[in-house]
Amino acid sequence: MSFWNDPLKAAADWLLGVFTGWGMPELAANLLIGFLGVLILVTILMVLDIGLVWVERKVVARFQDRIGPNRLGPFGLIQPFADIIKLMIKEDTTPAGADKVVYNLAPMLSMMSVLILWAIVPLAPTILGVDLNIGALYIIAAGAIGTLSIIMAGWSSNNKFALIGAFRQVAVMISFEVPMLATLLIPTILAGSMGTAAIVANQDIWYVLLSPLGALIFLLAAIAELGRAPFDLAEGESELVSGYNIEYSGMKFGMFYAGELLHAFTFGGFWAILFFGGYRFFGLEKVSPFLAIAVILFKAFIGYWLIMWVRYTLLRIRIDHMLAFNWKFLTPLAFTLIIVTALAHALLAGASAWLYTLGMFLSNVLVAWGALEIARSYSRKERQRVEGKPQVAEAAHH
Amino acid sequence: MTGEQIVFLVVALVTLGAGLMVVTTRNLVHAALWLVAALFGVAVTYVTLNASFLAVVQVVVYIGAIAILFIFAVMLTRKDMRDQGPQMNRNWWFGALLAVLTFGGLYFLLQGWEGMSKTAAAYPVGFDAISELGNALVSPQAYILPFEVASVLLVAALVGAVYVAFNPRDGGSRK
Amino acid sequence: MNPWIFVGLFFVVGLLIPVGAIGIAALLGPKKPNPIKQTAYECGIETVGESWVQFKAQYYIFALVFLVFDVETVFLFPWAVKLGALGLFAVVEGIIFILILVAGLVYTWRKGMLEWA
Repeated sequence: MSFWNDPLKAAADWLLGVFTGWGMPELAANLLIGFLGVLILVTILMVLDIGLVWVERKVVARFQDRIGPNRLGPFGLIQPFADIIKLMIKEDTTPAGADKVVYNLAPMLSMMSVLILWAIVPLAPTILGVDLNIGALYIIAAGAIGTLSIIMAGWSSNNKFALIGAFRQVAVMISFEVPMLATLLIPTILAGSMGTAAIVANQDIWYVLLSPLGALIFLLAAIAELGRAPFDLAEGESELVSGYNIEYSGMKFGMFYAGELLHAFTFGGFWAILFFGGYRFFGLEKVSPFLAIAVILFKAFIGYWLIMWVRYTLLRIRIDHMLAFNWKFLTPLAFTLIIVTALAHALLAGASAWLYTLGMFLSNVLVAWGALEIARSYSRKERQRVEGKPQVAEAAHH
Repeated sequence: MTGEQIVFLVVALVTLGAGLMVVTTRNLVHAALWLVAALFGVAVTYVTLNASFLAVVQVVVYIGAIAILFIFAVMLTRKDMRDQGPQMNRNWWFGALLAVLTFGGLYFLLQGWEGMSKTAAAYPVGFDAISELGNALVSPQAYILPFEVASVLLVAALVGAVYVAFNPRDGGSRK
Repeated sequence: MNPWIFVGLFFVVGLLIPVGAIGIAALLGPKKPNPIKQTAYECGIETVGESWVQFKAQYYIFALVFLVFDVETVFLFPWAVKLGALGLFAVVEGIIFILILVAGLVYTWRKGMLEWA
């Protein structure tokens, strides 16, 4: 039964025995086992990705009061497979004047930057790709590679709209990385470590209760990083004819599109890991690692559902509004939140769990209320400046 | 040849090759992309030295910010993004000679240092690089003053950028 | 073994999958290049002028400001890791660090560098 308690180690030990029995040196055997494990995980992720295409299309259909794909297979479940076949057999046109190497490399780097994120996602207490102690920054590093792939895609397409779309998208992505880095500091402060496994292991109280504002800012920054509505100016189908994606067709476009959906799901997963306890659910994860995997996948789906909900409800935001919102509201708010969290954490460190939770929660509410008050007073002044002071109604004199 | 040495040799060759391509390729944006490859090679070198925090910082700051800044700068100053300039001027042989002499001089100097051929000591068990870094950055006996001065330096860079880029004609402060 | 080897494996497999997918697509798809098909797409109209755009300087400013804050936040990570164990003095030091940089942000804001224009 040790397989059910610790499947990765049991499988790895058995395979190691098999391989060294065949005469392989241990180092090569370990490498091969690692390679096989990564291959299995990535294959499962790609199948999940195909499922996400179906989920996305059904959900958008329901939000728009229609049914969505329902012809191929029961409930249209075969639809994404048909999509993949279609993308595969499409012609691979390269626009004239495009820079061939960079043009082909961009979708590969984009997909790679999403897949490498799963190295640090803790699926269960014992199932983790790599236990890096710098997990929080690794997320941003993978995002940096993704940002680079977008510039490469936009520049190499030899198309004005692709270029403008790519620049705008990159400007938005790098701007929103600052509040994301700042809110990544908050689970680090609370857990005392940057590693994702340690953050989950320290979440006896879910961090969303200790820092709800941090969770909210992280979600906003993540949606902007993903390039999804309401921040999808670069891809706006009605504005820039899908931005950096214009000249891509067939499987290369498929890589961008599927990569974006998987990226959204991955960030749903990270939101769950950083703020909602990851695979923890009141002790359920100790029963079996497979239950832990189910818990974290369920939470990731909830995060993904939230991201989809936001996408299909809100209107697109203009780019100067987006950037002003980031630099003038979110960044000062995020840094204020770090200061308040650090102070509260240091002052309340020795208190009981209830007092600690209450103190942190109240400090967050205070910061949020203060920020909203400042924003409200500023917008009131702005409105008065534009419209003139409100006329006080004349009292009836009789 | 241990595995570590082989890995280091491969990574070093890739980094050097990418660095060479940065200065010899004709297309400026290609040069920026080769620079990204060279910076990534440096990050992998940090990993082999067990400095994982520095490796991730290298990717986040250098590739995620500085390389993008380079690409933006290239695109800002070039009228046609596929502009291709001349690769070398007439004195390229002198530059090459200087480079070889510098390399020879450095190698000669490092020969005399006994640490050149020693392998680095392994970390003591339970050594957490990030904790030590955190301790060092905030303890008064260690690096607290450089830590605070670094923030002043960053603000100085920001003020300098604002001053250089500030153009009252288009945009800029209204006061 | 250095755990980063597995990260390297993730990079390798992460590159192999899209390369494989795009490779299969390149094998399966028809190849009939045609100058009309390969012109740049502009909603069906013929392209006008060179395909370069006057790059707005504002992009560069945003990238610069981002760079400064990126470095700052990266400095804050080791501080954040040790916060629990170090007490109030370290907290205040970090807060001074953040405040100096927020002052820089306010300066940039007041000088109008954060306008998209």
